[in-house]
Parts: sequence; C-alpha cells; structure tokens
Amino acid sequence: MSLIMNSPAQQPSAAPLPRTRVCALSDILPGTGVCALVGGQQIAVFHVAGRVFALGNRDPYTGANVLSRGLTGSTQTGGMLRLKVTSPLLKHAFDLESGLSLDDPTVGVPVYPACIEGGEVWIGSEA
Amino acid sequence: MSTSPVPHLVIIGNGMVGHRLVDGLRAQVSGQELQITVISEESRLAYDRVQLSRHFDDPRPDLSLATEAGYAELEVQVVRGRADALDPAAKVVQVGTQQLAYDALVMATGSVPFVPPIAGRDAPGCFVYRTLDDLDAIRDAAQGARRGVVIGGGLLGLEAAGALRKLGLETHVVEFAPQLMPAQLDAEGGQTLQRIIEAKGIGVHTARATSAVATGMDDRVTGLVFTDGTALEADLVVFSAGIRPRDDLARACGLTVGERGGIQIDDSCRTSDPHIYAVGECALHGGRIYGLVAPGYQMARVAAAHLLADLGLGGDRTARFTGADLSTRLKLLGVEVGSFGDAHGRTPGARSVSLSDNVRGTYSKVVLSPDAQVLGGLLVGDTSRYGELLDLVLSGTPLQVPPETLIVPSLPAGAAAAPTNALVCSCENVRANALCAAVGQGARDVASLKECTGAGTGCGGCVPSLHSLLHQELTRLGETVTNHLCEHYPHSRQELFDLIRVRGYRTWDEVLRSHGHELGCEVCKPAVASILASLHGEHILNPAHAPLQDTNDAFLANIQKNGTYSVVPRVPGGEITADGLIAIGQVARKYGLYCKITGGQRIDLLGAQRDDLPAIWTELIAAGFESGHAYGKSLRTIKSCVGQTWCRYGVQDSTSLAVRLELRYRGLRSPHKLKSGVSGCTRECAEARSKDFGIIATEKGWNVYVGGNGGVTPKHAVLLASDLPEAEVITLLDRFLMFYIRTADRLQRTSTWLEQLDGGVEYLRGVLLEDRLGLCAELDEAMRQHVGTYRDEWATTLADPAQVARFRTFVNSDARDDGVQWVDERGQIRPADLHMLTPLPMAGGTD
Repeated sequence: MSLIMNSPAQQPSAAPLPRTRVCALSDILPGTGVCALVGGQQIAVFHVAGRVFALGNRDPYTGANVLSRGLTGSTQTGGMLRLKVTSPLLKHAFDLESGLSLDDPTVGVPVYPACIEGGEVWIGSEA
Repeated sequence: MSTSPVPHLVIIGNGMVGHRLVDGLRAQVSGQELQITVISEESRLAYDRVQLSRHFDDPRPDLSLATEAGYAELEVQVVRGRADALDPAAKVVQVGTQQLAYDALVMATGSVPFVPPIAGRDAPGCFVYRTLDDLDAIRDAAQGARRGVVIGGGLLGLEAAGALRKLGLETHVVEFAPQLMPAQLDAEGGQTLQRIIEAKGIGVHTARATSAVATGMDDRVTGLVFTDGTALEADLVVFSAGIRPRDDLARACGLTVGERGGIQIDDSCRTSDPHIYAVGECALHGGRIYGLVAPGYQMARVAAAHLLADLGLGGDRTARFTGADLSTRLKLLGVEVGSFGDAHGRTPGARSVSLSDNVRGTYSKVVLSPDAQVLGGLLVGDTSRYGELLDLVLSGTPLQVPPETLIVPSLPAGAAAAPTNALVCSCENVRANALCAAVGQGARDVASLKECTGAGTGCGGCVPSLHSLLHQELTRLGETVTNHLCEHYPHSRQELFDLIRVRGYRTWDEVLRSHGHELGCEVCKPAVASILASLHGEHILNPAHAPLQDTNDAFLANIQKNGTYSVVPRVPGGEITADGLIAIGQVARKYGLYCKITGGQRIDLLGAQRDDLPAIWTELIAAGFESGHAYGKSLRTIKSCVGQTWCRYGVQDSTSLAVRLELRYRGLRSPHKLKSGVSGCTRECAEARSKDFGIIATEKGWNVYVGGNGGVTPKHAVLLASDLPEAEVITLLDRFLMFYIRTADRLQRTSTWLEQLDGGVEYLRGVLLEDRLGLCAELDEAMRQHVGTYRDEWATTLADPAQVARFRTFVNSDARDDGVQWVDERGQIRPADLHMLTPLPMAGGTD
C-alpha cells in the first residue's frame, strides 16, 4: 500500500480569499514581489509588466515560504510569452498566471485574483 | 434515474485514488456538466498516505491532498459517513439516513489491514498501521512503553518498525515466513536485509507464527506467544500482516468479487454492474490486487475516461488498464531495497546471477532469459544500479556484456574508463545517452532537455552537468555553440560586460532596452547586476538595482533551507578581538541564532528572520563589524595562519597580509564567489592552494598561486609568480582579479576560467606581468576605483528607511513566518527539517 516511488502531484488548490487591500502599488518595486498575510495565509504578490499577480507563498518543492522573494522574469515557450517567478531556494520557476511549475505541470501553487485600483493592490474575490 | 438535471456521480471513498479521480474528472468537466458527490468515512479528507511515516517525524506537516474548501471550489459535494447499503438496480446508495441516487458510481473503498484471528488481538496496546488516527494512537501508547513488536516483516511491517524505533522503543519484527519481505525478496536477499536490520539494533524473528497475544492483569498487552512455545515480551503490538480489499459493500449488493476478495473489474475498471466502477486497493484486476498508489492512479484515469463516455460527456472508450509494473525501489529503516521485473525468476527457462557481499552488506541478483535478456532482479543494501537495470528490463534488448558485470561494484575512480552512458540525473533516472539523443532530436538548450527527458527537474543538482553535456554534444555535432547568457540576451557575459563598460550603461533598464528582450530572468538579472556592481560599485539595493538581486543579495544575507538567513560579519584574516567575539555572542544570544565557526575563519550566525536582519546588523555595526559578503558573488574570506608572529616555522607575517588583502578586496563583485588564503610558510596551514588566489610565504617573499578551488571538483592553484615583495603581490592580484572579472563567463570559477584561457598561465603572466595587451594601467585603475569607493553595504542599507522597509516579512502585517519552526540540537536551534525537504523518490520509514 503506502510504499511507492512517486509522490502524488501537488495540484494547486486555492481556497477562496476574502477581497482585501494588501498595500499600495508603490510598496512593490516594479519587477519584485512582497508577501501579504491574508486570513492567516501567506500570499506572494508580484508587480510585473504593469500588472499584479497573487500566488501562494509556499514553494511546493521545499516547503519554505519564500516565493515572494523570487526573481521574476519571462520565458518564451511554444510561441507564447509567459511571466514567471523563480523560487530563491532551488530555482524552480512558476508561471505567474497559472501558478504551475514550468518544469513539471503537475506541480503548482495556488493562484488568487489580484488587481490594481487607484494605486492600491487588492487580492481575493468578492464574497 | 437521478432526479438531478445533470448526471450525478457518486464516489465511495476519499483516499488518494478517490481524490485523484475527482481531480481528473474536474479537469475535464465542470459542475454544470457533472454533479459529483464523495462519500468520506475517515475523519480527514484525502491525504498523502505515502508520506504517512513522516507524521512521526513531525505531526505538523500537512499531508492533506483535499480540503473542504477546495472541494467546494471544485463544486464537489462531500458526504461524511459510511456507505451502508447499495442498491444497483435502483441506483441508490444509503449513507446513514441519507439516500443518494446516482447515474454512475465508483467504489474507491481501499483496503483494511489484515489482523490474524488470534486470541488477544483486540487487547489494549494492539494497533494496526494504516491511518493518521492509527499513528496518533500508536504515538500516545508509546509514551511509557519500552518495547514494541511488529507482526509482519513485509514492506509495511518494516515501515511500521521504523516508526516504532523513531518513537524510541526497543523494536522487534516477527515474520511468519522464513525470511523478511517474502513477497519481494528471495531467501538470500531476505537474509541480507535481516543482517543489516539486526545491525541497526532491531530484533528480527522469522519463521515464527504467533498463537496469541499475552495480556496482564489489566488486560493490556504484555507480549506474544508463538506456536513453538516461545514468547516475546512487548508493551505495544502493531499488526502489519497485509491488507484486505474492502469489498463488503460490493459483496452485499451482489457485485462479483474474487475468491480471496477484491471487487472484480475489467480493463475499463468496470465491475460486474455496468454503472459501477472500482479503483484502487479494493479492485481486483487480472487476479491481482494492487497495493500501490501508482496503479491506483492509472485506474482512476481509465475509470474517468469510461465514466464520461457512459454519461455522454466526452471521455475515451479506448482507455485501458492492463496491469502495472510492480518494480519498487525504497528505503526501509535506512536500508535500500529494490525489486524489479521478474525478480523471482518465474519465467520458464529463467536463470540468474547473484552476488552476496557480506563485506559491504549487499545482495544483488539479475534474472536472465535463455537468450540473455534481463527479466528482473533484486538489490538489497545498494540500489544505485536500479535505474540502469530496470532500463534493461524495459528495453528488452539482449545483453552485450557478461551478466555478472551488471552487479559487481564499480571499480574505484580512475581504474576503469569513464562510463559512456553515465547516469546524469538520478532523481529521474536519465542517462547521458538519452540526453544525447534528445540533443540529436533538436533540443538546443537546457530547458528543452529538461522538458523532453525530465532530467534536472528533481533536485536540480545535475543542471550544471546538463549544461556541459549539451555543450559537448553540440560541439561534437559540429553545431555552433552559443554562449548566450540566456534567452533574453544574445551575448556572453564577457560581451555584455564590454558593451556595458564601453557604452557606459548604469542601469538594467538601459541594458535591457539596448541589448535584451522581454523581461529578463533569474539568469540575466543577477549577471547584469553583478557587471554593474563590478563597474560602478553603486549600492546594490538602490531601487534601480534591487529588483535584479537574487535573494541573498536582496537581503544581504544567505538564504537557508527554511527561508531564514545567515549573518556573517567580516573577520578579516580570521583575526578577532575578545570584545568582537563577545559582541557577536551577544547578538547571537539576543536573536536566538545558531552559531558555527566556518571553514573560512568566520562565525556564521544562522536562523535570522528577515525582519530581524536590520536590527542584528545595527548591533553588529555598532560593535565595529561590517558585512562579510557571505551572500554575494564577491570576495568572501582570506584565510590565514598565525605566521611568523607566533609560529616557530613561519617566515613571513601571513596574518597582516591576509588582513590587508581582505580589506582591499572586500565588496568586490565578480562572476563567482572568491576565496583566498595566505600561509606563512610552505607547511601551508591556511590551505592557500585550494583557493582562487593563494599566497604562500618563502624565505625571500611571497609565491602567488591562482585558479584553485575546493568544492565538487577540487583544483590546486597554479604558481603565477615567485618570491615577490608584498607591494608586487598586491599589484599582481589587483590585475588578476580585474582581468578575471572582465573576461570570465557567468558563474565561471577562476579555475575553469584559467583552464579555458588560450595559453593558460603563461598567457596570464604575459598579460599581468609583462603587460602584453597594454591593459595593466586600466586594470590597476579599476581596482583603485573599487578600493576608493568601497562602502559597507549594510551601513548604507540601514541609512535608508525605504530599503529597511523591504526587510519586513509581510507588507501588511507585523506577524512572523509561521512556517519557520525550530527544534533543539546540541543546545542550539536547527530547522525542523523533515517535512520541509523535497520529497525523495523513496517511501517513508527511513531514518
């Protein structure tokens, strides 16, 4: 029974977040991320290419809460430009839009709605 | 029929396989198209049972695969309780008082542990090893118990034994068969395993049938009685004698079940009722119950495909479950065990070659067909060849080498030619040949090598090897090898360095706009940041540079596995005053840091939370310390011995020179970190020749060595110049460092840089000592500039509140990261690590 080689896929499962203002957009240097605490959950919030993105802060490969400290960037795959963040620990990269690992689509982190309104960063969805 | 407007699927059971089925279905159909109800009997929703034994390392890790909220999001209804009755004719399931009508049903009821029918088996102190609740009960019972016995010496029994041992119990394993792991191993393999396990202090009792559990006055367990009249004392007994499929519900409603249990399914995972499927450990396929999760997941995929087709929602009627490979490689009680293919040699005409090595404590066997194909085998004690051998089984190609060579240990390095098909990625079992083939089929970068072979996607340790293999293979194929930094810059680091220097760019935005594409990445951003820092020495956390820095540079500290940082004050030459030591000690005590003296003669303070870093540095700076750049691609330490000042053999003052050099080059940004050493005599106590630059005293002056390193591929530095006076040592090193910084590739150490310099050290002497390129004045000026503009990065950072603000853990809260947890080790903290490690491709029960 419990003795096998493969660990199961870590599918992102995003529990809904209450709509919350986390900071001013100017609190996030363009191209970087910050970590917000919302309802006890750590949310990595990135300001990249004029947009904001919110992902779970926990790096699924290492279990450490570090994703907000990753370097952001872009990559061309299959003719598409994807925005990404690379975990600072073992350099696993995740798609900012889907939360999926760029190396292994069965691994990912939760993704949350995020938007900019009047210079403020909001995440989560209306109740 | 269901009264629901959309078809209704009911899944009985929410283990790993049941959960996978939900996920697989929801990936294909929404709640608008298919209503899904899951019946869950256990107190928790699906969790990662494979990692169950980790629960003993730390009860906190979250093994959950499913949550109520997650299911709500997926529009999956959860009904808590036990499915009491099933009426296939009416298509109704009963859970307590609730009736659920379904259009399709899946049994994912799993299995239950088998407890042999012996007297006393229900006594307090008897347990099974199956669920998180079982584990919690065992842990509670272990308090105050001294000796634990596991009945069953199979895979799960040994895993349970590992758990008991971790709880601090004297542990024994009782097995009915004459050997351990009878299902997987042969007699010799079982004996080898037994020897290793006994050597770890675990009692093993084979060929022992338990006739009763003995109990005391209070009816609690006191031990076991065997049929041969012997007995074994025990305060706690864990039954782990196999599993039985949970088919009672299927049986009661007339579905076909196997003679020895299990719900009969066909290749589409359908039971004898066309509207009912069964998956996982409750299902019997081809006369076999699969007690592994991987075949269960395959069944879930197949069942989903047929279900959707049945309900007119797409699906795929061609999906088939045709059995699964049961090859396993695992680590039990710290012992590696591998079993693959026809390990028992049941194929007609099979023969075998085996090697039992009592010295190494290993046993290996390969089973061969009459025409020399590898059919299977066993590995105990050392499974390093597992991937290679499994490859041979799966490929089915006849052996080209004598079979015994497959199992003899490899010769020591250098004694044999390098293997032509080396294992490059051990996480994913990818060999050089597969990678070369991928290059042949068009892979032109590491990312596509990763994508088509899987190599480098596990721990990532082989990524540098992938780079060099790709480079070699492209060269061999006669293709142009690009040295582009990454997909965003069509230039090498050296080209980019020259462009930035000549054009005078000062920011990332200028460089990207003029020479790069898109947004950049984790490769080019730190590389450009390093070039800008080498050329201009501006503070790296200025808003224009901060977004380029890797976490270590961004927080001016070294990130550790749990996301905390280490703090390393500079201790030039390793020389430190008593007051300095006390100040460091006070800071460490105040902030609860783990202290360790490093190999570079400094003091590591580990476990600092990022929001404490500014306060820690405020205190260290007040005590006279400055940043040691332990985080940067920059000069780290210059190690020294006490030299002539104290040592009876010393011929020069090595400490003074080391201090002078370290202060001169502190903060110097470079393609790779730099280390150095200064030894006061040829006894070389500072190990200067294993450094990027090393200085060794002679009677007449100093010898300068360059291009050495420790690490994975150690290199001794080579002699650049002899018997120099101190002033000339400094001039030569200035030029050496600046020339390296300007011409090396990204992350290229001085050793590989030197190896790849055309003309090697001779050429380097020409450039640095004879000025053959006319560069020396420029190199000297560059170093003068660096020395003249050096400022402590931490002092600069603390002076700017906007920069300090970036050290907060949360942008909207003063809370701390609750994922950082410590345990005590030898009186200091260390990360509570096991649940945070990257899962290894091995089962739990390790220790």
